[in-house]
Amino acid sequence: MGDKVLQMNNIMKIYPNGVVAVEDVTFELEKGEIHALLGENGAGKSTLMKVLFGIETPEQGEIILNGCKADIKSPQEAIKMGIGMVHQHFMLVPSLTVAENIVLGVEPIKSSLFIDEEKAFKLSKEIAEIYNFDIDVTERVEELPVGLKQKVEILKALYRGADILILDEPTAVLTPQETEELFVQLKKLKEKGHTIIFISHKLDEIKEICDRATIMRNGRSKGTFFVKDISTAEMSRLMVGRDVVVTFDKKPVELKETVLKVRNLCITGFTGIKRVDDLSFDVKAGEIFGIAGVEGNGQGHLAEVLTGLSNKYKGEITIFDRDVKKHNIRELRDLGMAHIPEDRMTFGCAKNMNIMDNMFTNQYHKPEYSGKVLLKNKKIESRVNDLIKEYLVKCKSYKQNVGMLSGGNIQKVVVAREFSTDPKIIIANQPTRGIDVGAASFIRQRIIEFRDAGCAIILISADLNEVLELSDRLAVIYKGKFSGVFNDVKNLTEAELGKYMLGIKRDDRLEGIIYEQ
Amino acid sequence: MNSNTKLNILRIVLSVLIALLISFGIIFITSEEPVKAIIQLLTGPLQSQRRFGNVIEAMIPLIFTGVGVSIMFAANEINLAGEGAFHIGGLIATYFALNTVLPPVISPIAAIVAAGLFGMLVTGVPAVMKIKTESDVLVSSLMMNYLILYFSNYVLNNMLRDPKAGAVVSYAVPDITKFSTIFPGTRIHVGLFIALAVAVVGYVFLYKTKIGYEIRITGENRDFARYSGINTVKITLISQLVGGFIFGVGGGVELLGMYNRFTWTSLLGYGWDAIIITTLAKKNPIYVPFAAFFLAYLRTGASIMSRSTDVATEIVTITQGIIILLVVAEQFLSKYKHKIISREARATLIEKEGE
Repeated sequence: MGDKVLQMNNIMKIYPNGVVAVEDVTFELEKGEIHALLGENGAGKSTLMKVLFGIETPEQGEIILNGCKADIKSPQEAIKMGIGMVHQHFMLVPSLTVAENIVLGVEPIKSSLFIDEEKAFKLSKEIAEIYNFDIDVTERVEELPVGLKQKVEILKALYRGADILILDEPTAVLTPQETEELFVQLKKLKEKGHTIIFISHKLDEIKEICDRATIMRNGRSKGTFFVKDISTAEMSRLMVGRDVVVTFDKKPVELKETVLKVRNLCITGFTGIKRVDDLSFDVKAGEIFGIAGVEGNGQGHLAEVLTGLSNKYKGEITIFDRDVKKHNIRELRDLGMAHIPEDRMTFGCAKNMNIMDNMFTNQYHKPEYSGKVLLKNKKIESRVNDLIKEYLVKCKSYKQNVGMLSGGNIQKVVVAREFSTDPKIIIANQPTRGIDVGAASFIRQRIIEFRDAGCAIILISADLNEVLELSDRLAVIYKGKFSGVFNDVKNLTEAELGKYMLGIKRDDRLEGIIYEQ
Repeated sequence: MNSNTKLNILRIVLSVLIALLISFGIIFITSEEPVKAIIQLLTGPLQSQRRFGNVIEAMIPLIFTGVGVSIMFAANEINLAGEGAFHIGGLIATYFALNTVLPPVISPIAAIVAAGLFGMLVTGVPAVMKIKTESDVLVSSLMMNYLILYFSNYVLNNMLRDPKAGAVVSYAVPDITKFSTIFPGTRIHVGLFIALAVAVVGYVFLYKTKIGYEIRITGENRDFARYSGINTVKITLISQLVGGFIFGVGGGVELLGMYNRFTWTSLLGYGWDAIIITTLAKKNPIYVPFAAFFLAYLRTGASIMSRSTDVATEIVTITQGIIILLVVAEQFLSKYKHKIISREARATLIEKEGE
């Protein structure tokens, strides 16, 4: 350690929608260290790394690599300079073998036209052995578990000669066991002289394997620290700008009538796999029913059928004793359903339309806002202006296109629209994903207010903090089934919840019984 | 006006200028008398009342088709059957004029409404086929145009053809059904007012009514529209029917205003012109008359140029092509756009620090 291998000075990046993602950040890397880049979603970590990897061009600033000024215009150039990146979403071709993926783009060639498969296998095997990666290079990537896929990504970068390895939230998709294994590998890479940038917001992991940490908040650097000299509490304070997670004042739950009834719900995906497997539950007015789980365990499919977006299911779903299958989305919404979709850009908004157009799609047809033919634009306009104020949407005016707003503000537009109809049942799917802390706690506060007002709320979230803070009852979904249902959320720890989420623990009593409180 | 609108206008103006410059370059290379040709192209239409009249006459059908396609494309459905709808509009208006006896004023109105209804049918068929069979609208609507052309030729030959006339044309349309001229010395007809009214109504329809709002949301993001509770299938169909109606009316108005007989035995290309117009007008019917005027002016100028110099009218198709390429090229001026945006963002940063 000691030599500076990389300096990024005064980097600024502004995205085409006007969002300043990184504002005057300086970042240094010493040879052979594992350097954590720490910050919440939207703090600018990924953007900074995209600048380093040549995916984004910065507005200002310079990059000095091994003492020379480097102008990195594309990932190809970054790779040539010895920088490798393992993205959060893997960039692998599932139908190809491990070896083919490793050599992809720099394949050994046979008789100047064909790929030399044997050599590809040999080279991949060699590189896997050098770094002690236990992996069968002849296997197809689609058949590998997530942990191994990640290893393939790392090998891919190493094969291309990466000295500096950027890992973008590598543990987000891993089980605890896989994470342990990854850490062992990373330590070995460090011994071999590689420098690693470890992007994360998990403090305990950083404590465990990182030497130094640079903390980012709101696009700025809050400083670089030796991990051994800084407490997790201090790191957390710098990262989120508050000492602990805000706890909300929640009144004791006051249960009213049953709003949502789900019985023996089964959803089969395209590939014939059961996405949701015989779920039964009730949600009553006045409670927040949390559904926690690692993404991809059936939550998305569940939300789709609850909100009427899909009617491909077996079993029974009723809202206010009405069969969901027999009603279209407009009718469900008019019954009092509101839906915060998982992916706000796909289902939640039209980015090329202005805020006003986006805030009214669920109620323009109501007599307050339109006659038989024409819209009552004056009334809509004043209502939208009120909503913008009430939900603190940061914008120039309602005429601004939604695509020009930041993620948090787009989410506020979505939430404002969904909550403005005075809903009776809210299905909130990852309501605060990828948005800033302020917006997130604002939205959570609103959800609690609606619960207090007697609304039934289904909160689907992968954010443990969120489900633990908000839920009155909490179910954990794993592979389409509830692996645990908890009435007493207060005494539940993250660690305990994690075990249910990863399927390590499951409550066998839940098998087949209809859950009622 | 926000920076985005300004930028859009700048992009269109620049596109037009660049396209003209390239065309001038070609004229300079190929023509014996380039200066005269360019002057004729640019100022020719202003040199007499009759010539300016030609611009307005040419503008009328372009407004109809521009508005029609703007409404169809607003639902993000690339339905190109407007061409056929326009054609059948002319045919039906003629048929109606020749086969019904109605009082003045009522007669032309009834004729163009009938034309519109048939136009609706033409654009509606590909739309319904998509709903029922998931066939690709682009392909089926293109094929529809040929179907209409030969259907129209059949009707002309077997039901409307005037055997005494030298060519394949219909009987003369009675004066009672024709649109009267409004400016002596030109052929500008009452259809101008209808066209302008259609542009305004089209704008109100898309931007002020419930259905228009539904069409725009569906066009911008179909998933979002469905999630919001909009019946996207129904709404898309409606937009295709309304667009087809306007195309049909346009065909009827063009025939009753500018022709004595139905003479269309091949497709006229108004469906394609409509795409140029809607691109320039950014799918907003209220801008369509301006775009239509521009295109009509350019074409009239080109035809004057070709009559008085050695440059052919086809030069404007090059100009049109370049304009469209530049206007639809998303990345054109994107660096400049990014500069403006980052300047604004920096200004807000400084503002914040000042607080």
